Amino acid sequence: MYKKLILLLVFCSVISMQLSATTGVNMEDEPASLEANKLCFSCHANSIYQYENEFTGKIDRKAMNPNFIYDTADFYRGVHRHFACTDCHSPDYESFPHASELRLEEMYQCIDCHGGDPTYAQFNFEAIEEEFHKSVHSTRHDESFNCWMCHNPHSYRTMTHGNNKISEIVEYHNQTCISCHDNYSVKFQRISDTLKPALEIIHEFLPNFELHFSAVRCIECHTGSKDTMWVAHNILPKENAVKKCVECHSNSTMLISKLYKYQNIEARKNRGTFNAVLLNEAYVIGANRNIYLNIVSAILFGLTLIGVAVHVFFRIKKK
Amino acid sequence: MAEKLYLYPIWLRIWHAINALMFLVLLATGISLQYSNPDFVIIRFDYAVTYHNLAGIILSFNYLIFLFGNFSTGNNRFYKLQLKGLIEKLIKQANYYLTGTFKGEHTPFPVNKNRKFNPLQKVAYVATMYVLIPVMIITGIALLFPETIIENVFNLSGIYLTALLHGIVSVFLLLFLVIHLYFSTMGKTPSSNFKSIVNGYHE
Repeated sequence: MYKKLILLLVFCSVISMQLSATTGVNMEDEPASLEANKLCFSCHANSIYQYENEFTGKIDRKAMNPNFIYDTADFYRGVHRHFACTDCHSPDYESFPHASELRLEEMYQCIDCHGGDPTYAQFNFEAIEEEFHKSVHSTRHDESFNCWMCHNPHSYRTMTHGNNKISEIVEYHNQTCISCHDNYSVKFQRISDTLKPALEIIHEFLPNFELHFSAVRCIECHTGSKDTMWVAHNILPKENAVKKCVECHSNSTMLISKLYKYQNIEARKNRGTFNAVLLNEAYVIGANRNIYLNIVSAILFGLTLIGVAVHVFFRIKKK
Repeated sequence: MAEKLYLYPIWLRIWHAINALMFLVLLATGISLQYSNPDFVIIRFDYAVTYHNLAGIILSFNYLIFLFGNFSTGNNRFYKLQLKGLIEKLIKQANYYLTGTFKGEHTPFPVNKNRKFNPLQKVAYVATMYVLIPVMIITGIALLFPETIIENVFNLSGIYLTALLHGIVSVFLLLFLVIHLYFSTMGKTPSSNFKSIVNGYHE
């Protein structure tokens, strides 16, 4: 086991040499293990797989377990696109039929590869791990609730380190939550005895529920804010979630340090309360204040009042 | 007793009262929303949203009453602008407000059954009722259903531009309100115009 881990760490560090500054993964080059993975994907990318039955000499066609079907396009768009399947899974998988004890294979967690590596320092994996263990996902479930419950290593993409639009970040990150927390979610009921309440009912206090869901991420309100972290992982108990509108809808909107943080770091253009991201990609009542409109309206209002006051003065004087 | 002229029919007074009330609610809640501050809450944000939406919808329907009333009763004739000689008339009226009124002169365009508004009033009311209020209603309804707004206009958020226009026009309407209220004190007595809009008779 340790040998495998060391091998993997060595592999990770080799791969890390190719990392680009923004996404952490070279997305331009051809995937490093494209050929090596073809054999695995010849079965695991399809809903039906086939093999030659040695006993009957016939070609058998079988339905693939849906949990083990992977979209190759997603895989090669993801952060682990340069990996060979056997970098993380046992090389014994290369023989078929797969040995039954391989089911007991221990899976790596994010921190097993990414922890303590300066290449990944910008992703704050240690802090993410720490925050995750404070979250309800960790405290209210057993160890089986791990990174892979939310993040699929076969397709995971880093949305916030590239040039993705706010709406794309929101959609991708919310899909992570929705995959379990959606109404009638099978995944949710698999680990919970209580029936999942409908999203629109528990969020009925939000005006324009659908707009909120497409404009901001679930984690804006459902995590604590910790600035050292790129993406917050401390999912709070529901009673601690943000419910006050002004937390976002005000001059000091918390969205600046959460959802809009990524773009703002690149393109911070603070002119009073005028903000590049707020202006270009979003509108948040109370947070967007055009400084010029404020000044001009204050001047016009003041001049009007002065005009009225002067007129009143002369009316009284000339009476 | 001076001769009284019945100038404000009941439908118009009801429309005006509803419009005035909704106008104030929209102004107060709108300012509260635009300048919301967790440390200084004028009106709680969620309440302000609800009241603002409600008042906006009522004002919009009320505007239809205004349009219908205006065109079905002939009240619209008071709003008809004659461009010929308008500038001279506006200057004459402005001069009266700036100097004439202090010299005890009579208003150059006195109210009668065919002339409810002086030229300055007429221009201000036409601009307010046929330009500013419709822009407010259209942008307001768009913001109420933001999914209908074009997402991106020249690389700027369509919602932001709509909200900006809504905000700019609201400033003009605020100025209109201040000026409207002040000029209302320039009737026969400071309170006579306020009485008129309640009982319908111009003094």
